[in-house]
Amino acid sequence: MLALLIRDLRLATRAGGGFGLGLAFFLIVCTLVPFGVGPEGGTLALIAPGILWVGALLACLLSLDRIFALDWEDGSLDLLATAPLPMEGAVLVKAAAHWITTGLPLVVAAPVFGILLHLPSGAQGWLVAALLLGTPALSILGAFGAALTVGLRRGGLLMSLLVLPLYVPTLIFGAEAVRRGAAGGDGTTPLVLLAGITLATLAAIPFAAAGALRVNLR
Amino acid sequence: MSIWEYANPVKFMRTSGAVLPWLVGATAICLPAGLIWGWSVPEDYKQGATVKIMFLHVPSAMMAINIWVMMLVASLIWLIRRHHVSALAARAAAPIGAVMTVVALVTGAVWGQPTWGTWWEWDPRLTSFLILLLFYLGYMALWSAIENPDSAADLTGVMCLVGSVFAFLSRYAAHFWNQGLHQGSTISVAPGDRISSVYSYPLYTCMLGFFLLFVTLLLIRTRTEIRRRRTAALLAREMRA
Repeated sequence: MLALLIRDLRLATRAGGGFGLGLAFFLIVCTLVPFGVGPEGGTLALIAPGILWVGALLACLLSLDRIFALDWEDGSLDLLATAPLPMEGAVLVKAAAHWITTGLPLVVAAPVFGILLHLPSGAQGWLVAALLLGTPALSILGAFGAALTVGLRRGGLLMSLLVLPLYVPTLIFGAEAVRRGAAGGDGTTPLVLLAGITLATLAAIPFAAAGALRVNLR
Repeated sequence: MSIWEYANPVKFMRTSGAVLPWLVGATAICLPAGLIWGWSVPEDYKQGATVKIMFLHVPSAMMAINIWVMMLVASLIWLIRRHHVSALAARAAAPIGAVMTVVALVTGAVWGQPTWGTWWEWDPRLTSFLILLLFYLGYMALWSAIENPDSAADLTGVMCLVGSVFAFLSRYAAHFWNQGLHQGSTISVAPGDRISSVYSYPLYTCMLGFFLLFVTLLLIRTRTEIRRRRTAALLAREMRA
């Protein structure tokens, strides 16, 4: 499992791996939004939690097709299927690699983007906590979507249609925690629910994703 | 007599062919009867004539959810026991369910404009219906994108299972996110705060009519799909010969 994780991380960070693209996309979203809604600090602070979360969602979506597509093309997915590691474990490792290369940088960089969007300083901690708890769910759900569409030639658009509705609960609780923090309140309740969703998806989704992969490899 | 016998398409075609004319007849009686009856009810003291939208809105909303549940059950039967007709039925049900969702959303908007003063509100019920529509669209898109029919049935089945959990979750998450404008349920067996029988009897007739309409359309669509597969198989045989 560790070897697979290191291999995936290496592939993602070497040239052409697309590492950092998600982060750059996030930056562009945060730059474009003020052009769209106007530069008033009050308005921006009001919508900042939502923009940051939707930005994180889309940045995550961008790199999803890389989870399985390349391995599918060069046949290493077949090797993985015959390896002693169960498919569920492989899915989990792949999702973890995706999270480390996409989710984790977003979590680390989010406070900076929060400043760009005039997020109140009291909400910064909530933002980091919510992203840290929520982005693993985004990666594992994304791995499920990627597993469903791996055999398709133009699966990218279809995958966003399949995956984005699955992100709704995560988005609601994640953005709600930050919004409550921004209003000076306590965001613990949505945060706990968010953590619950993440843990449940981590426990259950690998089985569904592995099932979908087996069908696609049949 | 069990559903497993109908995994044989020939048996299914024979039985459904015999039942179908009766179903069409029952639908043709029940649905117009309910709608005309609904049209002739007295106007509500507060909502006026707009209350009559209910006879389209409530049954279609109910069917939109029930059809998804039916798809879930049919997908499970396919995934567990490889019941081919079941997978076809799930596929055939999806567009009907999507149309029911759209009807519920549109009639809801038309009803909401005069009574709430808005076409659309980010109310939990409205939002979860929109999300349900997205799931229907994704399900149908996935079906049409995969060429191999068995893989398509498998993958959409898995998607239906996961989607059901998340559609359910989204519904309650939406309650957390925004308190609603939509009224609660007023159809119940318990006495108390519920709909007057002047409205409820035509409403039940409409519900029955919508249900019969769904079963009729479902059987027709499933039969069409079976026939399409037969022609495809015949064509393939001819090509090889």
